[in-house]
Amino acid sequence: MSSESGAPSRIALVAGHADFAAGLVSAVEAITGHGDRLVPIQVRGLCGDDIQALLRQKLSESGARVIFTDLQAGSCTMAARRVLHDVPGSLLVAGANLPMLLDFVLSPIADPVAAATTAAERGRAAVTVHGGKP
Amino acid sequence: MTLVLNRIDDRLIHGQVVVGWGQPLDVRFIVLVDDTVAASEWEQELYRMGVPPEMEVRFHPTADAAGHLDAYRTEARAGILLTGDIATMHRLVVEAGVRDVNVGGIHHRAGRVQHLRYVFLTPAEQAALREIAAQGAVVTAQDVPAARAVPLEELLASREGA
Repeated sequence: MSSESGAPSRIALVAGHADFAAGLVSAVEAITGHGDRLVPIQVRGLCGDDIQALLRQKLSESGARVIFTDLQAGSCTMAARRVLHDVPGSLLVAGANLPMLLDFVLSPIADPVAAATTAAERGRAAVTVHGGKP
Repeated sequence: MTLVLNRIDDRLIHGQVVVGWGQPLDVRFIVLVDDTVAASEWEQELYRMGVPPEMEVRFHPTADAAGHLDAYRTEARAGILLTGDIATMHRLVVEAGVRDVNVGGIHHRAGRVQHLRYVFLTPAEQAALREIAAQGAVVTAQDVPAARAVPLEELLASREGA
């Protein structure tokens, strides 16, 4: 899954509240060793305009076309929607979880948008509930 | 019910507003007063998609918002009045009698000094908050319901990140 330069070719940004992104990416690294396929974004203290600027910068630096965020109403999601509005062929997935990101980094699908679309379905399906009955 | 929170937050509708305040206060509508958003269907759709189906968002430019607030105050449901800057809320205090103001998030920008983790102010913004208080409104800073409401004078005296 590497490009000619040796850098991973399927990259995504992960952004969310507090240390959400760093926590998830560290978990992905611990489980798969492929945490380098995700770029954690921390936005504490930033206004909406600065979050957008940071996302644009990280997209440009990494070449990513996919952003995973934590909460549909979150400021990262709002900023990501604005930023990706100008990026054809990009994808935003709100409501990311660990199974979703694991599927993304381990996906055999080379295209990041297709891989993220599949991972989103896997992540949604990975939520299970056990017990709760008296 | 009525408008249960009058909030200044430069991120406008986001997690703290929708979930942090919205769920415990059973908020069913948000009145977003912002000239840029009010002029853009795309921006409005962006914010509508950020709230759950049971929550309604109504948009107003600053110039006509004051004339609608009395109607919102008589709504049976709970609502949040939201502005992205101090000047807009100041106008609503003066023109529509807003009597309590929550400073929920004014983030870093050039020329601003950090007062709290989530409040950065220029000297002009400090003065504007004092002017709001001088109009008789109670001004506190509080990002989420579980946090302590910080009174205005304590907010202005606070310095973080120095």
